[in-house]
Amino acid sequence: MSIYSEKVMEHFQNPRNVGEIKDADGIGEVGNPICGDIMKIYIKVKDDKIVDCKFKTFGCGAAIATSSMVTEMVKGKNIDEALKISNKAVAEALGGLPAIKMHCSNLAADGLSKAIEDYKQKIKIKK
Amino acid sequence: MKRIYMDHAATTSTDVEVVEAMKPYFTQKYGNPNSIHSFGQEAREAVEEAREKIARLIGANPSEIVFTAGGTEADNYAIKGIAWANQKKGNHIITSQIEHHAVLHSCQFLEKHGFKVTYLKVDKYGLIDPEDVKKAITGQTILVTIMHANNEIGTIEPIKEIGKIVKEAGIYFHTDSVQTTGHIPIEVNDLGVDMLSISGHKLYGPKGVGALYLRKGTKIVNLIDGGAQEKNRRAGTENVTGMVGLGKAVELAEKRLAGGEVDKVVKLRDKLITGIMDQIENVRLNGHSTRRLPGNANICFEFIEGESMLLNLDMKGVAASSGSACTSGSLEPSHVLLAIGLPPEIAHGSLRLTLGKDNTEEDIDYVLDILPKIIEKLRALSPFTGSWDGLKKNSVEEK
Repeated sequence: MSIYSEKVMEHFQNPRNVGEIKDADGIGEVGNPICGDIMKIYIKVKDDKIVDCKFKTFGCGAAIATSSMVTEMVKGKNIDEALKISNKAVAEALGGLPAIKMHCSNLAADGLSKAIEDYKQKIKIKK
Repeated sequence: MKRIYMDHAATTSTDVEVVEAMKPYFTQKYGNPNSIHSFGQEAREAVEEAREKIARLIGANPSEIVFTAGGTEADNYAIKGIAWANQKKGNHIITSQIEHHAVLHSCQFLEKHGFKVTYLKVDKYGLIDPEDVKKAITGQTILVTIMHANNEIGTIEPIKEIGKIVKEAGIYFHTDSVQTTGHIPIEVNDLGVDMLSISGHKLYGPKGVGALYLRKGTKIVNLIDGGAQEKNRRAGTENVTGMVGLGKAVELAEKRLAGGEVDKVVKLRDKLITGIMDQIENVRLNGHSTRRLPGNANICFEFIEGESMLLNLDMKGVAASSGSACTSGSLEPSHVLLAIGLPPEIAHGSLRLTLGKDNTEEDIDYVLDILPKIIEKLRALSPFTGSWDGLKKNSVEEK
């Protein structure tokens, strides 16, 4: 018995793409210490495509599983497609989350969007 | 997989002997204690016997024990009952910031109805300074309610010292003893309390039953109206099986206390705490090192969050709890951990392991073996490694 779906527990136990990207093209951070979830998403972009994505997360089971899932969902997608990934879609890909977790711990897609914004900012500065 | 239960502050198993004592009152001796016939009278006898056992454990008179549906009801009854009955005398109540929600929410309810409540601060160990109680008393104060020991961090409060101050001021004194009755010796006159809340399922009794010790002469109004049960103090047909179970549980607890149970549990607790502190870095013990409940270990592990710890421990068969937001059912970490001065990010990393009579040395060894690996695994996922650098800059602005 678990409060989470099998898929969530599977990602929680074996999170994908954990780590930092030293020369990341974009970094996004979401969450806050009051709620107890802080996610850091790193992306590597090549020809408008996200070729690598890693995460580091301080948080509960849902926070870790959604972080892991978003890194899987985004790889190989171009920037515009990646921006369309919503928190809801991440939760659905995990077979759903408990209602209370939908607000506080389901922020991974927001983290990804922030990483992409960060990337876009950097590109602008370069140009 | 072997399962190890270390969440005794949440609830305990019902002792087999307790269940056996309760059994006849379901199917054979099922009478209503208020009935004249023999069915009723054998139930009445059982209820009064249970009442006597509770009274004996805490040094009270049986007539001063009122059965309730649990610790929460006992707290509600004491606080609201005193407030309503004594509102002509005053409208001020003193409590602490680290009380159980049964007390805090009862006080907050009364605030909405015109009462004023002082929530005393605690020090970094969770201790209340009796002098603060003295200072907070005004001419309007009618009740002081301070828990005997905290359910999260295990700190045992100086109830006796507070009791003297409160008595001198001629005010009613209530203590929530849900975590202490049956676990450490208690004597109501020694503590100087007028009311004391007890819960059955925290001391190997059944859930859904508790009691309030109510000193003779205490002016209180009822919470539950409807019949003459409990000498007109708590209406409703008696929960006979529950009361019998609580009585038996108390009887067994008395034997354990006399047989050195406290020392045995304290030894295991200290081995657990020392083992964790020695093996793992960036940890801190919450609560007081010696003024603490025999079975309570509460430790913060920096850079990781409590629920992830609980899930990992559960996968290894160990049941524990945490004061993180996720496990408190709210969006904020435990009010107790915040009250002892922990920043929220550290409060989120708390782990509470509460030991009981059936835990063994092997259980402790097992936890000491698996816990460091779990902490290491979770810390590898954390964006904070060895320090909280970068936390404020990037995170606080978010919401």
